[in-house]
Amino acid sequence: MSNYTQLNTFGQHNHEQTGATVLCCNCGVPMDGSSGLVMCYDCIKLNIDITEGIPREANLSFCRNCERFLQPPQQWIRAELESRELLALCLRRLKGLNKVRLIDASFIWTEPHSRRIRVKLTVQGEALNNAIIQQSFEVEYVVIAMQCPDCAKSYTTNTWRAAVQIRQKVPHKRTFLYLEQLILKHNAHADTISIKESKDGLDFYYAQRNHAVKMLDFLSSVVPIKYKRSEELISQDIHSGTSQYKFTFSTEIVPICKDDLVVLPKKLAKSMGNISQLVLCSKITNSLQFIDGNSIQIGDLAANVFWRNEFTTLADVTQLIEFIVLDVEPTNLRRGKWLLADITVARASDMGVNDQEYYIRSHLGGILHPGDSAMGYYLANSNFNSDLFDKLDTSKIPDVILVKKHYARSNKRVKNRQWKLKRMANEHKDIVAEEVADTKQARQEQERAERDYELFLEQLEEDEELRQGVNLYKSDNAGRVAAAGGDDEMDSEEDDAPQINVDELLDELDEMNLGD
Amino acid sequence: MATRTQFENSNEVGVFSNLTNKYCLVPVGGSENFYSAFEAELGDVIPVVHTTIAGTRIVGTMTAGNRRGLLVPAQTTDQELMHLRNSLPDEIKIQRVEERLSALGNVICCNDYVALVHPDIERETEELIADVLGVEVFRQTIAGNVLVGSYCSLSNQGGLVHPQTSIQDQEELSSLLQVPLVAGTVNRGSAVVGAGMVVNDWLAVAGYDSTFTELSVVESIFKLDESKPDAISSNLRDTLIETYS
Repeated sequence: MSNYTQLNTFGQHNHEQTGATVLCCNCGVPMDGSSGLVMCYDCIKLNIDITEGIPREANLSFCRNCERFLQPPQQWIRAELESRELLALCLRRLKGLNKVRLIDASFIWTEPHSRRIRVKLTVQGEALNNAIIQQSFEVEYVVIAMQCPDCAKSYTTNTWRAAVQIRQKVPHKRTFLYLEQLILKHNAHADTISIKESKDGLDFYYAQRNHAVKMLDFLSSVVPIKYKRSEELISQDIHSGTSQYKFTFSTEIVPICKDDLVVLPKKLAKSMGNISQLVLCSKITNSLQFIDGNSIQIGDLAANVFWRNEFTTLADVTQLIEFIVLDVEPTNLRRGKWLLADITVARASDMGVNDQEYYIRSHLGGILHPGDSAMGYYLANSNFNSDLFDKLDTSKIPDVILVKKHYARSNKRVKNRQWKLKRMANEHKDIVAEEVADTKQARQEQERAERDYELFLEQLEEDEELRQGVNLYKSDNAGRVAAAGGDDEMDSEEDDAPQINVDELLDELDEMNLGD
Repeated sequence: MATRTQFENSNEVGVFSNLTNKYCLVPVGGSENFYSAFEAELGDVIPVVHTTIAGTRIVGTMTAGNRRGLLVPAQTTDQELMHLRNSLPDEIKIQRVEERLSALGNVICCNDYVALVHPDIERETEELIADVLGVEVFRQTIAGNVLVGSYCSLSNQGGLVHPQTSIQDQEELSSLLQVPLVAGTVNRGSAVVGAGMVVNDWLAVAGYDSTFTELSVVESIFKLDESKPDAISSNLRDTLIETYS
């Protein structure tokens, strides 16, 4: 089991005298007594075990689920097999190692499935009066699989103390995609126990109430929300007067997104600087911003004001259709990036079919040029189920409201996008996928999610303001596209969609790969 | 011959007994085993005396003696002194020594002719040793240790010294003592040979832990091997003449 190595320093303290003066007290072999040894080396190694008291077998606790080892008393650390961390852990588990000097320790390879870890140790220690001997031995660790408290907790229900339920009652997920990026950028999900996806939104679970409140504060600073707190009594101790509650914050995000067409209630429109009732939502921060395409008048609406007189969108981006710009006559009215212009457009689907043209006013005068495509709401043939819309003066309703410029995108460009976003752990998605198995519904769901994500990415490319709240990372494509060279240039001539400058991109983090 | 014994689970035979050619002192103990070990070998030759010295049982450590006399420390009570006087043969001079280093067995190592003493011992004590024990006195150290009584075991035939004693030191001591010396151990590697064993000219008693090798070293240096038929005529002749003269 153990073997001994003779040390060079041993027995050579006294160089002037090496003659034998005493007999070994055990075997009687003549030896030099001047070093103070009374037993010959062979007898010492036969009779004395300096590793006495060091166990040759020990146990390591290992959580099978998270693959971490227990470092007593309570810490669970991640350690690869044959790693330094594991060696340190193994040595710490050995009692009695402080009585000897550890010279060397190394792993002896074992089959991982054997659940055994063998460590070879070399120690030095004082045997007799002042004789130092070195000894090697092996220790076998049995890896005992168990469940760590963290994993046990994750499998147990009712471990959370506070939940934030975020909902937005719109048919798409773009707001949440944006919110996900905001949360990632600000690391607002640090205290979250788990995130679950549910219909129309996400649930965030926290171990403590103040973590949830922190999350709420973050949310209210980035999106217009209202929330309602409810609590549920779990247990109560009448003797000590303490009680345990579960808190749920039901949070609703304003169901209006950027580029949505809305009809403001008359009173509200009046109070917002007498803005036209039929407006586009141009920006969402913790308040809503609307723009009137006819007059480039801009109105802001605080979240709390919105919730006092709620209204819904008239039309959202899915109802946008493509128009071809035939002529642009800019006026001299300019506000920020908007320039009011008289624009002649025709539906893209009408081109070559009839000569129906629309002469409208739009705030996109600075962006659009004759020949461009633009997306807009076609009100002329739309039917809206809205009381507010019905009450509008029909003469004031334009036939077309242009919303944004349309860029033709080739599939190749989409595939070769040079940047990507970090995603939050998408375990919740897997759960959803499992539940609805492989049905048609699930496929549709996934297609819709993908489409939403693609729309969100396009939006990011087009809107510099939006990008400021988001961390963009260089994708693997970035290098490849650069290498491709000339071929790529042809593509970029072909479609004039805006690109994100490489300077804006962050280098990829290693941890991103873990999520994928 | 060399035997092994134990005093109440302690191997330090030299601490608990004092053996000379004329008498043997053993402590008053709970068990008679220790006494019996001596009595069996010595009973009909020399007196084996139960005693305490200054109320303690460490009679070997506290006393020093040879066939001519016995030195006891100043703390020895009158009663103990009287008991010793009554028990020991009349020709043995018993002397109380007013010495600061009162563990006389540790600081004096003697046979019937020479004594090695602690270098710091008082001059009066040195004179007493010379007078009472009838020996030449040398102030010496053994392997750098001043407690010569602890680290040396001496008889008229030879001597066993601390294992770390260099050959030069051994030769020097040997020329002073006029007996052969050897470095060695008792009680399985214990270096305190004076405290670990007692010896006279025909008997050595070491601790129970002593190995065969250690006993054979003891037997050979103290010339205790009785197996030789001429042992009495050659080796013990002087002792016998001295004893029975």
